[in-house]
Amino acid sequence: MEKETCTFSYCAKPEVVEHETDFLIIGGGMAGCGAAFEAAAWANPKKIRITLVDKAATDRSGAVAMGLSAINTYMGGNKVEDYVRYVRNDLMGIIREDLVYDLGRHVDNSVHLFEKWGLPIWKKGDDGFSLDGHQARDAGKPLLIDCKDDAERESIVVRSGKWQIMINGESYKVIVAEAAKKALESNRQATGVQQNHFERVFITRLLLDANKENTIAGAIGFSVRENKVFIFRAKAILLVPGGCVNVFRPRSVGEGMGRTWFPVWNAGSGYAMGALVGAELVQMENRFVPARFKDGYGPVGAWFLFFKAKATDSEGDDYCANPEYVEDAKKKYGKYVDTMGTCIRNHLMMEAMIRGKAPILMHTDKAMAEIGKLFVEKLGEKEGKKKLKHLEAEAWEDFLDMTIGQAGMWAANNIEPDKVPSEIIPSEPYFLGSHAGCAGFWVSGPGDIPGAPAEWHWGYNRMSTVNGLFMAGDTCGASGHKFSSGSHAEGRIAGKAAIAYILDHMDFNPTLRENVDDLVAEMYLPFEIYEKYKTYTTSPHHISVNPHFIKPDQFQKRLMKIADEYFGGVGTWFKTSKTMIEEGLRRLQLLKEDANRLAASNLHELLRCWENYHRVITAEAHARSILFREESRYPGYYYRADKDFIDDDNWKCFTIAKYDAEKDEWTLSKRPYVQIVS
Amino acid sequence: MPSFVIAEKCDGCKAQDKTACQYICPHDLMTLNREIMKAYNQEPEQCWECYNCVKICPQQAIEVRGYADYIPLGGSVIPMRGTDSIMWTIKFRNGVLKRFKFPIRLTPEGSIDPYAGMPEPDYSKIKEPGYFCYEAKKE
Repeated sequence: MEKETCTFSYCAKPEVVEHETDFLIIGGGMAGCGAAFEAAAWANPKKIRITLVDKAATDRSGAVAMGLSAINTYMGGNKVEDYVRYVRNDLMGIIREDLVYDLGRHVDNSVHLFEKWGLPIWKKGDDGFSLDGHQARDAGKPLLIDCKDDAERESIVVRSGKWQIMINGESYKVIVAEAAKKALESNRQATGVQQNHFERVFITRLLLDANKENTIAGAIGFSVRENKVFIFRAKAILLVPGGCVNVFRPRSVGEGMGRTWFPVWNAGSGYAMGALVGAELVQMENRFVPARFKDGYGPVGAWFLFFKAKATDSEGDDYCANPEYVEDAKKKYGKYVDTMGTCIRNHLMMEAMIRGKAPILMHTDKAMAEIGKLFVEKLGEKEGKKKLKHLEAEAWEDFLDMTIGQAGMWAANNIEPDKVPSEIIPSEPYFLGSHAGCAGFWVSGPGDIPGAPAEWHWGYNRMSTVNGLFMAGDTCGASGHKFSSGSHAEGRIAGKAAIAYILDHMDFNPTLRENVDDLVAEMYLPFEIYEKYKTYTTSPHHISVNPHFIKPDQFQKRLMKIADEYFGGVGTWFKTSKTMIEEGLRRLQLLKEDANRLAASNLHELLRCWENYHRVITAEAHARSILFREESRYPGYYYRADKDFIDDDNWKCFTIAKYDAEKDEWTLSKRPYVQIVS
Repeated sequence: MPSFVIAEKCDGCKAQDKTACQYICPHDLMTLNREIMKAYNQEPEQCWECYNCVKICPQQAIEVRGYADYIPLGGSVIPMRGTDSIMWTIKFRNGVLKRFKFPIRLTPEGSIDPYAGMPEPDYSKIKEPGYFCYEAKKE
């Protein structure tokens, strides 16, 4: 097919705004907000300019936009080394222990600040029962930041698991965003810059420097509200636009396509934009398939850990204890079955499901009855019932704080969780580096952790293999289980390191390698194509059957079909193989070529065009990494059906993926794993 | 569970400086029909049911109707977000009603002073562990 170009013969040229800054933060989620807060403290006295760009409104952007009912990473009285062991176990033995340790020793300060800024955190009452954030304040419980030591903090928080604490988190993101916005305001005052917070601007590409090899110089994006293109020049960039959702066909394909577990606005922009400038990716074969309440995707963590609910197959048996499934799993996956990481539990659940023992049921009713009995025994009939009422509210809050649709799902189905059990199911694959997954970029470590190889540190913490380009949260690879607090904490680590980098390169004057006019034309190509061909057929814009172009929603469905059928989606029970991936990659290549024919009739569709282009690059990194790794490292998340085993002798190593955009070539390689914590 | 706008209640935020739902939607779904000055969800199959449009609407004109894929009609989940807490009213298909109130914030909105009482950064430590206001844990 003929390659299309944009000459602005059919669509109008946008206004081009050039914005010069020193430190550019791409993404306003937890990591971006953490970076703004920490970096401004270091930048302001030196008059270093910080700019944050967000494709949404920072008050409600990123993965915490809806809220959360728990903070999943809080050390408190725990040992950081134990945190490393826990993360290593859940991620099947291969993590960057220097990064995970570094995160663990920093994270608590972010949690303490959240509470100081206004986030209500549950506390233990004098009677041992939990108090919500308001009750705790009214009962005179201290803020965590004011406690004398970690032992006191550990004694007052309400743990749902070893690492998790309960919060009233409906406004979690609003609070964190407020601190970040104030930090940006302080930077404006210190530097005299008029504007340094751009909402509704979507970054599509990173830009390299014209003179310095392998060095970041800026980024280009567009406003989704007006015909304006923004060129940002910066000495350092933090790339934190989140993970990637909707590459794989989700279980609901109609109106419910957006009811994904991780927020659907995570479009893989971080993975794609970093890959396109040649930054090395790590563990891109990793994916997360969360087992959640079916259809509504409500969280199960609090039910398992806090309410002590049990899940069984439809016959009432604990599938994780089934000797047939466990023995078979041990033959293939060895010692990893003993410690029951999250993916292994998924695997065992599916063993029951493929034998027809679905629905898998979470026994919320039995758990509540059990707790109710305890309450009455402890407190007597009247007081016990009162506490149970509070407990029922806590159970509903778990959803209303973070997955409101699950409450709607129960209401519409007349399900009261204290009366009947609910179905759970492994959902579909997601890419992320912050939650229970570790896809992302290979970055420099802190450099001071004994036992970490020297080559894991190249001067600046969390800097990728591209000079001046930093990663955190979902984009920092091989180091999951950061969650919300850890993403904020890691954004701060990266933000501080970026300022150190800028201070060492104050005379660096970023110069763009590409021609600005060419970049703008590339960005607006979907408009040009739409306007050029829209009258060729009679289809109105929302239908768009046209042989000359593809609309972003059509493009996305093609991607989902390829991913689902060839790369191990729900359609094949997460199974794939060398031959399946190769066929999928052949189809993906044609889809990539058709990206040149993406068409947009308005700014919203232009946003979707570029998001879906980012999804395709992310999907390719994933498929090629699975193809390269000749084993099934994460059974329950994906299986190489032709290599259905874990092979520690050959594959207990990192998988590195690097893209050469000019040649359109991927290079895959192994890098040794090093154990630091015993 | 896509959001929808009740025609009678939406006034297009005429009196506000911006259309609230359009401003807040994390996925750029809410948009204003300028001909009738009323908002609508332009891409319901990409809606994450985060309820931010519902919570922010000054007219309480936005609600959510469960995804057609799998949610029976007849239930509803309606929030009322205040300055320090949120009230939820949940109506079941069979008429059962549940009401909950949860805290959302300990401090007044806009009151955060992020650097109040914090130390100045020590640049000799910029390449060491720790934040400007916190020493990393040691074991």
